[in-house]
Amino acid sequence: MTRTLVVIGNGMVGHHLVRTLTERGGDWRIVVLAEEPRPAYDRVALSSYVDGWDAGKLELAPVDVETRLGDKVVEIDRAARKVVTEQGFVQDYDALVLATGSYPFVPPVPGHDRANCYVYRTIEDLDAIRAHGGVNGVVIGGGLLGLEAANALRLMGVRPQVVELAPRLMPLQIDEGGGALLRREVLRLGLDVHCGVSVAGVEDDRVVLSDGSELPADIVVFSAGVRPRDDLARTVGLEIGERGGIVVDEGCRTSDESIYAVGECACIDGRVYGLVAPGYAMADVVVDRLLGGTKAFPGADTSTKLKLLGVDVASFGDAHATSPGALEVVHNDPVSGSYKKIVVSDDARTLLGGVLVGDAGAYATLRAFVGRPLPADPGSLIAPAGAATNTALPDDAQVCSCHGVTKADIVKAIGGGCADVPSLKTCTKAGTGCGSCVPTLKQLLTSCGVEQSKAVCEHFTQSRAELFEIIRATNIRTFSQLVAEHGTGSGCDLCKPVVASILASLNSGHVLEGEQAALQDTNDHFLANLQRNGTYSVVPRIPGGEITPQKLMVIAEVAQDFGLYTKITGGQRIDLFGATVDQLPLIWRRLVDAGFESGHAYGKALRTVKSCVGSTWCRYGVQDSVGLAIELELRYRGLRSPHKLKAGVSGCARECAEARSKDFGVIATEHGWNLYVGGNGGFTPRHADLIVSDVDTVELVRIIDRFVMFYVRTADRLQRTSAWLEAMEGGLDHLRDVIVNDSLGICADLEAAMAAHVRDYADEWRGVLEDPVKLARFSSFVNAPGVPDPTISFREERGQRVPVKLGIPEVSAR
Amino acid sequence: MTAVQERTWTTVCRYEDLLPGRGVAALLASGEQVAVFRTQDGLHVLSNHDPFSCAAVLSRGIVGDRGGVPVVVSPVYKQAFELATGRCVDDVEVNVATYPVDVWDGYVRVGSP
Repeated sequence: MTRTLVVIGNGMVGHHLVRTLTERGGDWRIVVLAEEPRPAYDRVALSSYVDGWDAGKLELAPVDVETRLGDKVVEIDRAARKVVTEQGFVQDYDALVLATGSYPFVPPVPGHDRANCYVYRTIEDLDAIRAHGGVNGVVIGGGLLGLEAANALRLMGVRPQVVELAPRLMPLQIDEGGGALLRREVLRLGLDVHCGVSVAGVEDDRVVLSDGSELPADIVVFSAGVRPRDDLARTVGLEIGERGGIVVDEGCRTSDESIYAVGECACIDGRVYGLVAPGYAMADVVVDRLLGGTKAFPGADTSTKLKLLGVDVASFGDAHATSPGALEVVHNDPVSGSYKKIVVSDDARTLLGGVLVGDAGAYATLRAFVGRPLPADPGSLIAPAGAATNTALPDDAQVCSCHGVTKADIVKAIGGGCADVPSLKTCTKAGTGCGSCVPTLKQLLTSCGVEQSKAVCEHFTQSRAELFEIIRATNIRTFSQLVAEHGTGSGCDLCKPVVASILASLNSGHVLEGEQAALQDTNDHFLANLQRNGTYSVVPRIPGGEITPQKLMVIAEVAQDFGLYTKITGGQRIDLFGATVDQLPLIWRRLVDAGFESGHAYGKALRTVKSCVGSTWCRYGVQDSVGLAIELELRYRGLRSPHKLKAGVSGCARECAEARSKDFGVIATEHGWNLYVGGNGGFTPRHADLIVSDVDTVELVRIIDRFVMFYVRTADRLQRTSAWLEAMEGGLDHLRDVIVNDSLGICADLEAAMAAHVRDYADEWRGVLEDPVKLARFSSFVNAPGVPDPTISFREERGQRVPVKLGIPEVSAR
Repeated sequence: MTAVQERTWTTVCRYEDLLPGRGVAALLASGEQVAVFRTQDGLHVLSNHDPFSCAAVLSRGIVGDRGGVPVVVSPVYKQAFELATGRCVDDVEVNVATYPVDVWDGYVRVGSP
């Protein structure tokens, strides 16, 4: 017979329980009753809401059960086994789960309830903080949530200061040494931290501290911990823990055998856990019990790894070395910003816990060894390049702590046919929580002998490099012939741009010529960068960042006449935003007439060669960096490559052009130039490696020609030079062998290919303006050219036009 | 008796003007924006509105197939939509409107839905 389960609360743990129960089957009718007005969302990722203010991105996958939102349960009749909501809805139950979560604790200091005081827990809290705004903010509490709140304020343009009662930041997770490094790193971001003081009072424009000092504060955010929401349980007489929380046994059952409690409202083994992983574990226990099982709460893994304000912080096991006789092994490098501590048993044989700040790369491996014999000498485990390998992980080691997935589970799934990370995620749920175990999943795939496919997509089994060789070696110059002879189907958004890029790299004429036009993604199709509202941005080439006042005036006039938002880019150029498709040719007519060319900001191609001012003006410069940057930019402009290419030239060792963060960077020496390759900024910063030193300009250009062309021919789709070099067998030494010592005998060929590119280069925008067929495609509507797209509208911000965001409601000011 | 609803047709462009494997945007008399695609298996018309970015850009997506089913991929966040049905391949709960289309005397005409 179908029984009814009522779940009170629709947070992450309640949602996990309902989802798991639905997936496991069983004849339970599920009714979810929630006070919150919106569907369940990922509260752990709350701080990412500030990036785009799109609540939809946080939403958890919906589960098809009866759900009543925005109606709080106010009464439980334990005898009659029914609940009543605020709006008078009555529901019987056979089993009841309390998943009511927790509420933020606000210390009762004078002024804590002023209009400028907020908490940080829900989407609604963030909307309210945003609507209030301000210049100066104070975050009370320097724990995990406090630092996230401080970062959220920063992203909203508010300057936050953090007040923490304990002598260090994140006192629960990390120790004094880690706290000191975290504080130093956080201070570097311009965030003031006050530890070891409490708040004496809040006023309208300031916070007064216990030591008498005052901090200016237009807005105050309390994140001084959370308290379990056990009020409903208290009123119906369920047993409550000494320090709050609904007391449950190892089966997560409360003092009423029909009622369970899970997550942050529950008190298990005398403790209340404020983390999602123990909450999920409790939910799994309840699901098992509801289906007749006997699963017991396995104890909580309170390990944490996260990136706070750009700093990696991880804590696992007995991080504070509270076990009797525990020993601490510390590696502290304040210069490179890395603090690592492991806690081991008194015989130094068993790993008990640890703290990692700055570089948490060893987290996944170390955490899995907690409670087990150490795989190596303790010091070597935290020495700079000495993390233990995952193949050494024992089978029952937990790889994904969010969903409790062990190495054995993963290996079994791989044996069962999972051949890549996405299928492992679907099969085992590993990697679908915080995601920090994804690198471990990849390593396990490799160690199980699963070759990661390099196929471009479902239409071609070949890698990009193989397609390049096929096209180069044959006379095939159309996509239709290539897919007919070497692939299947009609192509897609992955393979078409790859083939378009290869054809362009092999000098096959204008990128919009004939069939090639249909292969280009929208940026290459309109030779401009698509922005979020469907308009485009325009970047004229400014080689080396050098520009005359006359040309600056042309850009200014064009921007003014077309109402374009103007911003200086990181690559020493000017980006003009907000152009519609039909405006693009009109804009470029003016720019081309004034001597500008396409800057290829839209293409996977050379973007910019950044330069410092060099020996012409600079007192310290030893070579003409601007001259060389212009020469290189004009040489490689328009070359299509597997991904974008950025370069830089610095006129002396002070490196003002940041050349070592570029795909290729040149730094002047007293005797010539040093060439560095494979650098990157962005998501995975990497310093470029020195490949030749003290060479003259002719030799330098020859080596760069070979480097770039070798990359163009052999890299994967969307693989930057840094990843290409990292993945290359033999690494930098092999690359040097190929392009400096010509070990493969291909250098003459690479140089000839580059010479052909330089010879055949033509400005793409001029090509469009001179061809009526190509020009005709720049039309908003094929049957109404010149009629503007009615969905595009602008508002003004700081004196310029910016898009009105589509479909994302503006938050009204209070 | 069956009620017959009159369908409104908008002439869009000459068939020859359409680039094979590519889309164009067109404005219907009703003010709706549509995306017209010419592919190997004929003409397809979808709403031009990308439900994920809310921008009117589907006509600028790359056309191809997913598992043999013809699709257009939004140029903004890359979700694929079936050309024949408007169904989103990456999110079963999302659809975009489709429109009838034919070629009359060398001209492409799009009908009201």
